[in-house]
Amino acid sequence: MLTIKNLHVEVDGKAILKGIDLEVHAGEVHAIMGPNGSGKSTLSNVLAGRDGYTVTQGDVLYQGDNLLQYEPDERACRGVFLAFQYPVEIPGVNNVYFLKAAVNAIRQYQGKEELDAMDFMALMKQKMTLVKMDNTLLKRSVNEGFSGGEKKRNEILQMAMLDPKLAILDETDSGLDIDALRIVAEGVNQLRHSQRSIVMVTHYQRLLSYIVPDYVHVLSEGQIVKSGDKNLALELEEKGYGWITEEVA
Amino acid sequence: MPDTATEVASLVDKDYEHGFVTDIEADTVPPGLNEDVIRLISQKKNEPDFMLEWRLKAYRHWLTLQPPHWAHINFPEIDYQAISYYSAPKSDKERPKSLEEVDPKLLETYEKLGIPLEEQKMLAGVAVDAVFDSVSVATTFKDKLAKEGVIFCAFSEALQTHPELVKQYLGSVVPMTDNYFATLNSAVFSDGSFVYIPKGVRCPMELSTYFRINASHTGQFERTLIVAEEGSYVSYLEGCTAPRRDENQLHAAVVELVALDNAQIKYSTVQNWYPGDENGQGGIYNFVTKRGDCRGHHAKISWTQVETGSAITWKYPSCVLTGDHSVGEFYSVALTHHHQQADTGTKMVHLGKHTTSTIISKGISAGQGQNAYRGLVRIAKQADNARNYTQCDSLLMGSRCGAHTFPSVEVKNPTATLEHEASTSKISDDQLFYCLQRGISEEDAVSMIVNGFCKEIFKELPMEFAVEAQKLLDMSLEGAVG
Ligand SMILES: Nc1ncnc2c1ncn2[C@@H]1O[C@H](COP(=O)(O)OP(=O)(O)OP(=O)(O)O)[C@@H](O)[C@H]1O
Ligand SMILES: [Mg+2]
Repeated sequence: MLTIKNLHVEVDGKAILKGIDLEVHAGEVHAIMGPNGSGKSTLSNVLAGRDGYTVTQGDVLYQGDNLLQYEPDERACRGVFLAFQYPVEIPGVNNVYFLKAAVNAIRQYQGKEELDAMDFMALMKQKMTLVKMDNTLLKRSVNEGFSGGEKKRNEILQMAMLDPKLAILDETDSGLDIDALRIVAEGVNQLRHSQRSIVMVTHYQRLLSYIVPDYVHVLSEGQIVKSGDKNLALELEEKGYGWITEEVA
Repeated sequence: MPDTATEVASLVDKDYEHGFVTDIEADTVPPGLNEDVIRLISQKKNEPDFMLEWRLKAYRHWLTLQPPHWAHINFPEIDYQAISYYSAPKSDKERPKSLEEVDPKLLETYEKLGIPLEEQKMLAGVAVDAVFDSVSVATTFKDKLAKEGVIFCAFSEALQTHPELVKQYLGSVVPMTDNYFATLNSAVFSDGSFVYIPKGVRCPMELSTYFRINASHTGQFERTLIVAEEGSYVSYLEGCTAPRRDENQLHAAVVELVALDNAQIKYSTVQNWYPGDENGQGGIYNFVTKRGDCRGHHAKISWTQVETGSAITWKYPSCVLTGDHSVGEFYSVALTHHHQQADTGTKMVHLGKHTTSTIISKGISAGQGQNAYRGLVRIAKQADNARNYTQCDSLLMGSRCGAHTFPSVEVKNPTATLEHEASTSKISDDQLFYCLQRGISEEDAVSMIVNGFCKEIFKELPMEFAVEAQKLLDMSLEGAVG
């Protein structure tokens, strides 16, 4: 599904990612952990095609194809989804309207027929139950005035609606209360699929006890310094990051 | 009142037969302005004496005035003696014979707006064949209005058929001495619309200049007068989203609205003059005086405008709230792109007690466009318990454009309540990227964000107009980002 080879990325001339290697197969869930500022969001943004990042070395293959050649909207249409660490507010643009535009843009790209209002609402109703989202949020502008937790649920609702092949979740658990965390995690679990890969950035083991990952990677200063299974996360929870960085040094 | 209705109906029919285009033979007065030219204009139109006197008085006053200068608008000096103040409508011979003869760039725009072929011909000034003319919406439209006693005709026509009404209300809102351009207009105005809604009548349809086919030649000095009698209602639509071909650089229109007790006038404008090319060459200078008088108690006047055209726009639709409990509203979207300059805003003058006004202004600047909002809220001494709410929002696209707001208030009564809110925002990279990451193209994303920004204004527009306004903004912003 996704192969990252020796990826180096700079921002404003400063090296942030310094040789990332990662292989994600269809159906797998990978967790990426690591200290603040280690480059987790940078990696997520580069995969999604955000401006301002310069790839100086390395390759990213997605479904066997060079991902970096595509514009961000085209990547989205090809099935790459990023749940934002900080979802953006768009005043005056209705949440449902936005989602419908997105769903249909992607369907159109994929050569599928656009959904009409009826079919769209039916699909929406079904997916809403996944994250137990309140109906009234649909009538509001995209993320405007949403609480931190509501924004994160909205991201997962969008993921459910857009049906991506590769979903990158950047700290989707941060800002969620205990109940919301469980609901969102269950939502994501239901979206696990043999044909869908999930890359999950998180700081907390708690999320990983709900969404059990196949692999856990530790990112530090722009490099993956350790990989393991779900037990690595438990170890990190207990000992912090210090011992790994020491081990590497 | 069946009598008035049938009377109006017969007048309307008769007028339609003759039309005002046909009773003027083709000729053009040489450039320049003097009393003889004004006499000639008045004579050509066969105007009543009071009209000529009025024009001459305005002209004599105009001679004493100096052209205005503003801080935020730059434009070359206008040579008023180089303008021809009377030119008869073009004869079919002078017009393009078919769309093939029309500027392809213009046709491209029509195409984008999805304007039907017949209307394209009309807008481009192609000689329209008689068949189209006689089956046009205009005819059925007039019948329906006549039944209600509504008068909706060309200004020149009203001077023939209802001179007493024109005489009573003309200049009663915008005095001929009001300002440089309004005074000039008073002296030389070419034509425009006249609307009269009788007492208690709710006008059965939106009145649109679009349906007045002849109005396509009213030229640079347009004059509109709308009178809503006690308890009546009218919604009036001005302009059209399609750019009109126009050789005249200077446009100085005057619009007067009069709302009597409990009457309501909703005036919506979607303006799309040719703004000039990317370098600002060849655009139109649009200096307009628009004012409504809520003359009766509980009267209400709302201005809604979406402005995208013109090289230079200078326009302040205003309300004078004379009657107690009267209401004035101003909703505006002004967009400037390339080298366009817009200086718009409103004046709300509170004279009556318990009067209320609302101002919501949205400015969008892209490219090197400059957008200025200038607002005045004046509360007179006797206007107890007056209220105003003002909100000015600016949206910037790119780093070379500008937005400026100049709100001012004059309050002479301590019981007044005024609220003001202002914001300036940019279409942020974050917003764009968020949309792109959801599969939405950049063009659609910009359109979505801009329309979100304008939502409060668009919801004041009649439905089809709102859709057109949206398309218009999309088109005007093409290439604004990226
Ligand atoms: N636009 C930018 N300009 C300058 N530096 C940047 C920019 N974006 C990221 N950085 C820097 O890159 C480094 C990695 O940032 P990134 O956001 O990827 O970290 P993170 O691992 O997601 O951290 P957190 O856990 O706090 O979310 C940080 O030092 C950050 O300051
Ligand atoms: Mg981060």
